[in-house]
Amino acid sequence: MMRLELVKRPQRSPLFSALSPFIAFALTIIAGAIMFALLGVNPLTAFRIYFIEPISQVWQLHELAIKAAPLILIAVGLSVCYKANIWNIGAEGQFIFGAIFGSGIPVLFPQFEGPLVLPLMLLLGMVGGAAYAAIPALLKTRFNTNEILTSLMLVYVAQLFLDWLVRGPWRDPQGHGFPQTIQFGDSAVLPELMPDAGRANWGFVFALVAAVLIWILMSRMLKGFEVRVLGSSPRAGRFAGFRLSRMVFFAFLLSGALAGLAGISEVSGAIGQLQPVISPGYGFTAIIVAFLGRLNPLGIIAAGLVLALTYLGGEAVQSALGISDKVARVFQGMLLFFVLGCDTLIHYRIRLIGLALTKQEAAAKLDAAPKLKEAR
Amino acid sequence: MDITVNILLTIATAATPLLIAAIGELVVERSGVLNLGVEGMMIMGAVGGFGAGYLTGSPWIGLLAAIAMGALFSLLFAVMTLSLATNQVATGLSLTLLGLGLSGMMGTSFVGQPGERLPNLYIPGVTEIPVVGKLLFGQDPIFYISIALTAAVMWFLFKTRTGLTLRSIGDSHASAHALGIHVIRYRYLSVIFGGACAGLAGGHLSLVYTPQWVENMTAGRGWIALALVVFASWRPWRVLAGAYIFGAVWIGQLHAQAFGIPVPSQMLSSLPYLATVVVLVLISRNKRLTMMNTPASLGQPFVPDR
Repeated sequence: MMRLELVKRPQRSPLFSALSPFIAFALTIIAGAIMFALLGVNPLTAFRIYFIEPISQVWQLHELAIKAAPLILIAVGLSVCYKANIWNIGAEGQFIFGAIFGSGIPVLFPQFEGPLVLPLMLLLGMVGGAAYAAIPALLKTRFNTNEILTSLMLVYVAQLFLDWLVRGPWRDPQGHGFPQTIQFGDSAVLPELMPDAGRANWGFVFALVAAVLIWILMSRMLKGFEVRVLGSSPRAGRFAGFRLSRMVFFAFLLSGALAGLAGISEVSGAIGQLQPVISPGYGFTAIIVAFLGRLNPLGIIAAGLVLALTYLGGEAVQSALGISDKVARVFQGMLLFFVLGCDTLIHYRIRLIGLALTKQEAAAKLDAAPKLKEAR
Repeated sequence: MDITVNILLTIATAATPLLIAAIGELVVERSGVLNLGVEGMMIMGAVGGFGAGYLTGSPWIGLLAAIAMGALFSLLFAVMTLSLATNQVATGLSLTLLGLGLSGMMGTSFVGQPGERLPNLYIPGVTEIPVVGKLLFGQDPIFYISIALTAAVMWFLFKTRTGLTLRSIGDSHASAHALGIHVIRYRYLSVIFGGACAGLAGGHLSLVYTPQWVENMTAGRGWIALALVVFASWRPWRVLAGAYIFGAVWIGQLHAQAFGIPVPSQMLSSLPYLATVVVLVLISRNKRLTMMNTPASLGQPFVPDR
């Protein structure tokens, strides 16, 4: 009988640190091929339709940017949380509240037009997302409540609240009873970047800017250091005078504001009105993006594009092969699994060993043991 | 009188999946592992149970399939977190995300199909006894399993040596390891037990509660089960009480919607989720008490060294 054994590396391996997302992606492809084969589809055909055809024309690249923008925006915020060991998994709800706050202007004051409308909407979107994220932060710092569960529960509440708004008080009276708000006026729509080439809007630029800013914050500023210290050793952080409760608020408000910005950008740019459902689970997929990007804002840009492609590919195989577009979710889930598994290689060497050791092996082990201890 | 009995019966039906999933997770967390994948394992159990019942025509085979599906799916989590020492929070989350996607894909052809329902217990003469007859002797089989399971877990954790060992692992895996206890093996078995329970809970949804397949039909129950464990301070009988309180909230809001109370239905629907938040706040307010109750190694990866 064989078993796995993890041997701690003296230092993290820079090689696997860089390689692991790629190994994970390769493993996902292999698992995906098996899945397609089981579904009775030639894997090569499926992969061509899934990964290549959706990005073979310029307008399709614009669609990719539309999907990637919210993922990147949310994920860079989440990466700060996760680095600080703070688990905000309610970005989906913060996304929705950002969308609701920002949409207040075009829905409630449709006659208000001009260049001020958009900036105000975006600002309100960030305020809405941050305010909604402040709830789990407050509960955690004030009442010691687990932020994972509260932030997740608030997602359901946000979805129901949006549903009520667009069916009730904010419904378009001329909408033939459809559950949606009025179409936003021209000055409330996020402009497209290159209207002649495709639909991509300024949301993608926001995402890139946010990623670069957060990268600077995390790698070049004291605040980023504080995040990392509190994340890896809260005790050490306390001795350095960093306050955990303040960090909880900082991380939640930042990630909430970015998720809110993603929400209002999506509604104002890609959709043009509020509907009962405004997100295909961006807030959850962004968790995968954050990890696939190794919690590094620049890596997250690449990861966001990859995950955006899984959405487009899912739609493509659904229309071309009649496979459920849930296949996208399966790909995303598998990818995260493999990423987490491969990350083990950064900190550990993996050895397959038989249960019974030979004498020499045992002796070698005894020899190595104190060295390992010293190294640690 | 009949109305009261009926309401009590529906509360029990709503509470049963929460209870089973939470009892399973309680054992997992007592062994020091935090599996946030309950929602994913539950939905896999639901789709597996429905599918097997629908294809074979036997809800009993569906029941077994639900359990097997949950256990198998949890194995994925076990390999990752226990053998590869991955971050438990992130791995649990990915288990949920994968489960929601995979179940949606597997269940595409089941949507709108009539499912098999597990028959309620019926003992001639006894079940007809007014009031208590139906409550005690006329419910679905999983209800009885859930009560037996709670009692069994209570007995196991607090009255057996193996249970004591399990709890000691949850409180300090390093000391347990030093005593020669096979930490990883215990944790594997705990996680798989938790998965089987979550699968069974999902099977209850698709074989009893609403015998059909609807995407995302767990509707956050897995997360509520996780909250219940915290609410119960990791004690089985409190999980039982909590599950029934939440079952009552769930049923209460449905009845309120049916009665046409002049409150938006969405607000009523969000009550179980809001109640979860409120309850969590109340229970974790006392920091010292929470720290005392929480298994001390909860969520920390363990790599045995020789």
